Amino acid sequence: MDSREVVIEVKGLHKWYGDFHVLKNINLDVCKGERIVICGPSGSGKSTLIRCMNRLERHQEGSIRVEGVELTGGLKNIEKIRREVGMVFQNFNLFPHMTVLENLILAPLWVRRTPRKEAQNRAMHYLERVRIAEQADKYPGQLSGGQQQRVAIARALCMNPNVMLFDEPTSALDPEMIKEVLDVMIELAEENMTMVCVTHEMGFARTVADRIIFMDCGEIVEQNEPEAFFNNPQYDRTQLFLSQILQH
Amino acid sequence: MTTHSLEKKLLFTPSPSSPPPLEASGPIGWLRKNLFNSWFNSVLTILIVALLLKCIPPVISWAFIDAVWTGGPTACSPEGGACWAFIAAKFRILFVGTYPQDLIWRPMVAGILLVGMVAATVTEYVKNRYLILFWILLPLVALWLIGGGMGLTVVDQSMWGGLMLSLGLAAVGILISIPLGILFALGRQSSIISVRTLCIGFIELIRGVPLITILFMASVMMPLFLPQNLQINNLLRVQVGIILFSSAYIAEVVRGGLQAIPQGQIDAAKALGLNYWKITLLVVMPQALKHVLPSLIGRCIALFKDTSLVIIVGLLDFLGMAKAASQDQVWLGHDAECYIFCAAVYWCICFGMSRYGRSLERRGPQK
Repeated sequence: MDSREVVIEVKGLHKWYGDFHVLKNINLDVCKGERIVICGPSGSGKSTLIRCMNRLERHQEGSIRVEGVELTGGLKNIEKIRREVGMVFQNFNLFPHMTVLENLILAPLWVRRTPRKEAQNRAMHYLERVRIAEQADKYPGQLSGGQQQRVAIARALCMNPNVMLFDEPTSALDPEMIKEVLDVMIELAEENMTMVCVTHEMGFARTVADRIIFMDCGEIVEQNEPEAFFNNPQYDRTQLFLSQILQH
Repeated sequence: MTTHSLEKKLLFTPSPSSPPPLEASGPIGWLRKNLFNSWFNSVLTILIVALLLKCIPPVISWAFIDAVWTGGPTACSPEGGACWAFIAAKFRILFVGTYPQDLIWRPMVAGILLVGMVAATVTEYVKNRYLILFWILLPLVALWLIGGGMGLTVVDQSMWGGLMLSLGLAAVGILISIPLGILFALGRQSSIISVRTLCIGFIELIRGVPLITILFMASVMMPLFLPQNLQINNLLRVQVGIILFSSAYIAEVVRGGLQAIPQGQIDAAKALGLNYWKITLLVVMPQALKHVLPSLIGRCIALFKDTSLVIIVGLLDFLGMAKAASQDQVWLGHDAECYIFCAAVYWCICFGMSRYGRSLERRGPQK
């Protein structure tokens, strides 16, 4: 594992919201091609951590390096990193005033300066991959939650990111739509995309993750490979969380 | 007992939808539901119908049947109907003021260009960047046509007036104050504290003062503070006053729209690597403006009507010319016709703007 290239390197990360210490001394390396699942009870700081990775939240202490570039200060650096890091949100956050296709080509056109024709071709390619090409000319409001989330994944992929961040991608979905989104994510994992997922889908974690990270109260409690994590958790806190989440 | 053979499964068929009961639809149903649904409403309906029957016939006979349409001052009598001949005689002065008669084709061409641009905008004949380009060019061309210079005889600004002046002040006011208002709204939310303070200060200062005060300041006070050799003409000063006034209000309208945009939209745009100006231009502003379109159109209509206040600083706009025309010694006693005509023209233009606003609201994705 150590021989592999480190894509995201988090070192001694601290973050406060006012007086509230949200993230306490987080150390985490994400290697190329690695799939990491972050789980934990609500309020444990897992969403904040993933949002720090592309500087949607600013941290106060420690460092985050993405592909060797430090995520602090300079706006140019941050924008450069964001181009290479795709993100999928809990509430999809598609742009409602644009069609699906326009959502997909926006960033390639305006950030990467891709020619329109080429951007459209690539967009259609990714829409086909998430099995939604026939909806290209609809507006997001006309799609179901599952479809919208798949569009959001395709939108992130259109920038050819090196890493994908998923922030609870299935939490806002109706139960019958969760599978279609997870299937797309599993396919992505099979193509060796580097992924960091905050999720409560433990079935997904078990099949896809190389490493599961359990957080509570802003700290990483433990991390392990899925088998060991589920079968033999080291801490009582992990044990309790798993028993609560896996019971039904 | 748990056999899973297919034969045993019941087939679910949804029951067919049936039409609503008849009494709820049709003209009788509509009358009953809307005009006679309670005794109080029934009484109100009857009273209003009676009032209308009493009022409308005299108005129609005054305005149309007994009206005088052609002829000179002697053709109209005070006892008769409306004297539209008066409007016909004053038509030129109402529309272009005291503009020289032999050069009248110039404001007419400008007017035709304006009407053409409005038509092209409403019918979406011209779109996107060309639309914006043409709307920026139009006031410049119109200014050249009306004011002269560069090959055309110069017509002094003191001779501009009438509806031409009102439309000019309003069109330039709207075209400049909307982008300016958007900038102030963005400035008000800026993270740079000096920009934010300046914008808040400007907006609150302007909003705290009536338009008349601003017009007075622009017209009367400003020349006192400016050096003698720097004379900006009165019309320009008034126009700037109107633009500043309007942009402060538009800034507040736009701010309302900005606040309605969920943070998630901005997060998503940032995560794609877009910078602040691209996020604002491509993601935030289109949505924000759509949210506030009704109030924005309202501000434009208000601006157009507010131009009638320029009479206070000695500019004779449409309403000012109407007032002047009604005091003509030869045609005394026709104020009513004059103001009704004015009201009708104002109403047509404002109603047109309002309808265009409605059609804009219906564009784009429906929720």
